[in-house]
Amino acid sequence: MQKSKKKPLRENSPLWGYLFILPNFLSVIVFVLIPIVASLYLSFTDWDLLNKAHWVGVSNYVKLITKDRLFKTSLLNTVLYAVYTIPIGVSLSLILALLLNSRLMVCKTFFRSVFFLPHVCTLAAVALVWKWFYNAEFGILNYILESVGLPGQKWLSDRNLALPSIAAMSIWKSAGYNMVILVAGLQGIPSYLYEAADLDGARGFTRFRYITFPMLMPSLFFIMITATIGSFQVFDSVMVMTRGGPANQTLVYNYYLYQNAFQNFKMGYASAMAYILFIIIVVITILQFKLMGKRVSYDL
Amino acid sequence: MALVESDFRFRWRRLSFFQKCTWILVYLLFAVITVTCVLPLAWMLGTSLKEYSKIFVYPPNLIPNPVTFESYIKLFNSVPFFRYFLNTVICAVTVTVSQLLFSSLAAYSFARLEFPGRDKIFMLYLCTMMVPGQVTLITQYVIVSRLHLVNTYGAIIVPVMFGSAYGTFLLRQFFMTLPKDLEDAARIDGCGKLRIYAQIIMPLSTSALITLGIFVFLWQWNDMMWPLLVINSEEMRPMALGLTLLSTSMFGTDWALLMAGACVCVGPVIILYAFCQRFFIEGIVVTGMK
Repeated sequence: MQKSKKKPLRENSPLWGYLFILPNFLSVIVFVLIPIVASLYLSFTDWDLLNKAHWVGVSNYVKLITKDRLFKTSLLNTVLYAVYTIPIGVSLSLILALLLNSRLMVCKTFFRSVFFLPHVCTLAAVALVWKWFYNAEFGILNYILESVGLPGQKWLSDRNLALPSIAAMSIWKSAGYNMVILVAGLQGIPSYLYEAADLDGARGFTRFRYITFPMLMPSLFFIMITATIGSFQVFDSVMVMTRGGPANQTLVYNYYLYQNAFQNFKMGYASAMAYILFIIIVVITILQFKLMGKRVSYDL
Repeated sequence: MALVESDFRFRWRRLSFFQKCTWILVYLLFAVITVTCVLPLAWMLGTSLKEYSKIFVYPPNLIPNPVTFESYIKLFNSVPFFRYFLNTVICAVTVTVSQLLFSSLAAYSFARLEFPGRDKIFMLYLCTMMVPGQVTLITQYVIVSRLHLVNTYGAIIVPVMFGSAYGTFLLRQFFMTLPKDLEDAARIDGCGKLRIYAQIIMPLSTSALITLGIFVFLWQWNDMMWPLLVINSEEMRPMALGLTLLSTSMFGTDWALLMAGACVCVGPVIILYAFCQRFFIEGIVVTGMK
């Protein structure tokens, strides 16, 4: 025993490899792999954190899809949130990226740093400021509106405006991040393509349509996927600004999941929600790959 | 700089009148967006320095007059906000350092060492990265509570301290790009694996490590949902959570106090950003695209 302890591990022993990944791998098993499997099991039970879990088959899923009105609301709100944020957010970042990358732009680093700033800030903290901006009585937004002669709004307590208001903040927070990724994409386009286009007499929009846009497709694609997945993860801003109100108009998927799991302790039910979300994300990702996949690869 | 400027002037002169007008509009747009990006933060700072009676003044005014620190004093005296701050710092620093250590060890192993099943395990890592966080959320909570970690730093630190599949993946991709010659030379000189890792791989990867470190640190600093689940006593709250719950407490209408809290929460991150901007922005490009 003593002898084997003293003998060092052979230099080319495969045990080294296992030893190096051991802590990391154990952690991935305990905190990722086991939870993935256990959640799947839980989603078929009625577990409530206190009593023993009973196998209930697919009834959680059936109940969610057929009976739960709030589930539909939360799903619809999440889709609406995505519809508000993604088209506007992505086109805004695309425009900013194109302009920033232009040779006529000065102070590029300055603008890039400032536009990126919101992304860095703690969401819980900035959501609080925005909540105050949106304040119907003392908010700066209504002040601006009223000073140009427009009527003030109730923003976060208005049924129709609450969700768009949260979406607007999200665009504010993520536009710079997306812009940085698109600028990197733009800089990756080899200049000889543009030189060739110059020789062929392609200018302005034609250059954009036939070179920049297709070459930028991978970055755009990446942004779309992350933004879509991101809208299903929204939590902090809703928690800080509206808590799902008014009248469940901002009850987004992730927030409803949280309510089910940690306020009503319907762990099995919430696990089923998590797995439905997983399926939705997989389907969306596959769809986006199918839709755009053919145009994505322009490796040169 | 002078060269850039003359280059700009040269191009500018060649533009038509219409194009010049368009570009002036573009600069206006950029100015507006700059203001939009900064205004909420400026507002945060301005309000936190106002007297309580001056907060609800209409029309709203950005500049505090007179400047007072009473909200900050109240923040640290009436609310255990300094404790929140410490909690956040302790958790974020511990997680960042230990995650870098364990992720890089594993990444080195995946990139350079040979052992049976290596690529299969790595594929498994890639697969777990596609699963959304909600799927693991509930069971992670159960595991943490079974380990009796709820309401301790451990609840926040332990699940992520040994590194994530994501961090390992990122560093592994970077290690793959390092030239092997140095390692071969070191090995011929009798260098062991641990020494190659510590004295060759790690020093060569500083930029990748800083990038991942900032990413992890920011994530920990800003995270609110996980602490909300696993922390239930007031003095254990990290800042993001403490601030959120402060806004729903009896201090909920004291906007100067809340904004002071928001400043303490956001300030350190912005200072860090000001100094290591390159890594923030390059990091996004690397972590995003690879």
